[in-house]
Amino acid sequence: MSDMSINASGLRRDETMERMRLLGLSSPALILVLVIMVIPVGWLFYVSFIGADGQFSLENYERMIKRKSYMRIFYTTFQISLLTTGLCILIGYPLAYFMSQLPQRIANLCLITVLLPFWTSLLVRTYAWLVLLQKRGLVNDWAMSLGLWDEPIKMVHNMTGTLIGMVHIMLPFLILPVYGAMRAIDRDYLKAAANLGASPRRAFWTVFFPLSTPGVFAGALMVFVLCLGFFVTPAVLGGGKVIMVSMKIVSNIELFVNWGAASALGVVLMLLTVAVLWIASRFLNLEKMAGGGH
Amino acid sequence: MIDSKQGALPIAVRNVTKTYGRVHALDDVSLDVKSGEFLTLLGPSGSGKTTLLMVLAGFTRPDCGSLKFGDTEMIRTAPHLRDVGMVFQNYALFPHMTVAGNVGYPLRLRKVGKHEADKRIERALDTVQLGGFGDRRIDQLSGGQKQRVALARSIIFEPRILLMDEPLSALDKKLRDRMQIELRHLHEKLGMTTVYVTHDQREALTMSDRIAVVNHGRIMQLATPQNLYNQPANRFVADFIGDSTFLPVTRRGDAVAHGETRLNLCGPVPETAGLLLMMRPERVRLANETTAPDANRFDARVSEVVYQGDSYLMYAHLAGGAEIALRGAIRKGTVDGLPGVGEPVVLALDVADTVIIADEDA
Repeated sequence: MSDMSINASGLRRDETMERMRLLGLSSPALILVLVIMVIPVGWLFYVSFIGADGQFSLENYERMIKRKSYMRIFYTTFQISLLTTGLCILIGYPLAYFMSQLPQRIANLCLITVLLPFWTSLLVRTYAWLVLLQKRGLVNDWAMSLGLWDEPIKMVHNMTGTLIGMVHIMLPFLILPVYGAMRAIDRDYLKAAANLGASPRRAFWTVFFPLSTPGVFAGALMVFVLCLGFFVTPAVLGGGKVIMVSMKIVSNIELFVNWGAASALGVVLMLLTVAVLWIASRFLNLEKMAGGGH
Repeated sequence: MIDSKQGALPIAVRNVTKTYGRVHALDDVSLDVKSGEFLTLLGPSGSGKTTLLMVLAGFTRPDCGSLKFGDTEMIRTAPHLRDVGMVFQNYALFPHMTVAGNVGYPLRLRKVGKHEADKRIERALDTVQLGGFGDRRIDQLSGGQKQRVALARSIIFEPRILLMDEPLSALDKKLRDRMQIELRHLHEKLGMTTVYVTHDQREALTMSDRIAVVNHGRIMQLATPQNLYNQPANRFVADFIGDSTFLPVTRRGDAVAHGETRLNLCGPVPETAGLLLMMRPERVRLANETTAPDANRFDARVSEVVYQGDSYLMYAHLAGGAEIALRGAIRKGTVDGLPGVGEPVVLALDVADTVIIADEDA
């Protein structure tokens, strides 16, 4: 009896020691997160409640509600994000499907090409679009010499340019999870569907497509959330006519040196993003989607 | 619907060849499956048995050959137009549908009305003893239940041919044994022509009307389980079905001899140059006063006795060095009364059990 109780306390001590060690090992990461995440975000919150006179005030938030221009900025941000996400699905889904049907080795090559843009600076890619799409740019020149249209079409410094650039940047974020989900679909499911009498088209819509949707949701969510806070591409290709929240934050700081207003915008944008993720998580299994849709 | 014996179709495979690079997955295979028959394709992995099944289902396109269901040529027909049921090795149940969704899938494709479909789904689930499971998700099912759902899904549209690709291989042994009997009963009830693929010889013997032993893309032998076991065509078949040890024997005119001893035979002797005497462990006996006088006898020495619960297994080597296995019933729960290791014994093989087979795989 006494031997057993001695063992029990010893085993309990071992258990505690093990937990302490685990805590010790993870503490550098926890401290890092604290320093680079929690403290700055907390400070952001704090600054957003400081008015122009340096006192506590809600004026930064009141301004957002009162001024129509702010509402329009949020509307534009959501509009662009939704359109970009939609276009990415339209372009990315067929591409991912095509890749998923290729032999693994060739598909891997395709995957590298999809990821290739990541190796070039975002800024360079965005300016490249500016060169291509501007009035005397390559696209207009060629289209006119081919007789597709007679007058140069305005494709940058507006919504069109912004969307073209953003879809291009965001596409890999959609393709990767969709492709992953598609690869995870057992080929036998399609064989079974065919065996049971489904034409290839029916088999696709009744079996393949539903099984690929977790990947689509994951990709769409990622693209949408990334779009909400996007800055460089809309700033360059929108030419000041398409104003998203991130651009307003920059102008608040650079033009008006109003850190409070900028912080309040940042807080609202962050809360909206969290809200989007929260709503998504109520309908979708985010953890499952991150795992590639198994 | 589900208990009519009408409408089973015979299958005629003619000269089907499929090569992958230099490998002959199927080498000029011809095979007739009778209407309503339960035929098993039995062979080791890579023998071509699954390839043949996939040709029947339409998932593998052969290089040449003909395939008829009844009088209809099917070799170029797309899989979804063949109207054959198939149970996949991993079941291939659609994870995004319920049990009823899976089982009713073929009916939805055939535009069967909802009321009628619900009735048939319920009946199909009853047939596989899963009544009331319609609303379950696939991931809530055990292996055996998945197997039954796959089966229900493959028979609900009343295909006249049913294909099964090692459907029991993922189940544990006890469940497998039970499902073998159940599948057999189901086949008797439904009466559809069934082609079953397995690498498990016992499963094949248990379930089949006839067994086609497949190796190197060819059919080695096509026979009833009993004939296959008692009179295998060659060494490969004899080795693959059941246990056996082989003794090389030689042709002496019309007779066959092992060493200098002529063997008493009653069965046929193959025409091939090389001949083997097949000795099934359960047919070999220790000679005693009740042994028939014309039985073939072999002097041997015990090299090992193994207790196996329901029986014992004895290994004995002949003067020439060949080792013979012998299986016998355990008496009084012990192997103590048996000859010990090193003791001389006389092994006896009745004339009816003295089977000569060809020593080649052709």
